[in-house]
Amino acid sequence: MFTTRKTYQPYRSPFDPCPPLTPKTYVTAPNLYIGFQPPRLPQYAPYEALRKGTTWKIFYDPYCGPYEQMKRNERT
Amino acid sequence: MWIYEKKLQYPVRVSSCNPKLAKYLIEQYGGADGELAAALRYLNQRYTIPDKVVGLLTDIGTEEFAHLEMIATMVYKLTKDATPEQLKEAGLGEHYVNHGPALFYHNAAGSPWTATYIQAKGDPIADLYEDIAAEEKARATYQWIINMSDDPDLNDGLRFLREREIIHAQRFREAVELLKEERDQKKIF
Repeated sequence: MFTTRKTYQPYRSPFDPCPPLTPKTYVTAPNLYIGFQPPRLPQYAPYEALRKGTTWKIFYDPYCGPYEQMKRNERT
Repeated sequence: MWIYEKKLQYPVRVSSCNPKLAKYLIEQYGGADGELAAALRYLNQRYTIPDKVVGLLTDIGTEEFAHLEMIATMVYKLTKDATPEQLKEAGLGEHYVNHGPALFYHNAAGSPWTATYIQAKGDPIADLYEDIAAEEKARATYQWIINMSDDPDLNDGLRFLREREIIHAQRFREAVELLKEERDQKKIF
């Protein structure tokens, strides 16, 4: 499955001073995969595109921080 | 020449007076991968880049100033009614002593902006690769700031700016593709 978030498990030492943060994640944004943008890709409506920061659905990749994700979980 | 539109590229809203967040945000104002560095980098490199991509550097460099203005508005709103005491608590005491309520081009750790943050090598590929790296670093910086921020309204604006970094990186990657192309094998859509 295609994702723009990748995870990995760093080595865990029995002597790690901090509790390990695993898995670790990093972002691989859509611009890494597309090369020269092909013609006639799906678009957002103009007003929505202005809010999202891009016209092209394929490039939209929002990022939420830990506080927001926590709040989102509380709501659901 | 530029024409100024007296509005922000994206509305800036801030939920609460939070000078600590302003201290982090200033990284994108006067930091190495901030909007000022980006704007000056692109608008300077464009003189010595092939004609095909001069317009791209002009457009993106100009947009970076629009982003700079948004960051400035965010920092201003986060600090405008803070007392010296609150600024001190947020770690902005040194800033207040030097600049009072004013903004200044320095990074989150207080180092002033310097031209050594940017490069112009005069080699189109080297310069565009620097630009791609700068956009990806700015995208990462926005992620780290969003991770530190508990202000949903502010994060909304930061998410917009981060999305623009993704698009800019995409366009710089396309510029590299344009310059790589053999002149007799033009792709026509």
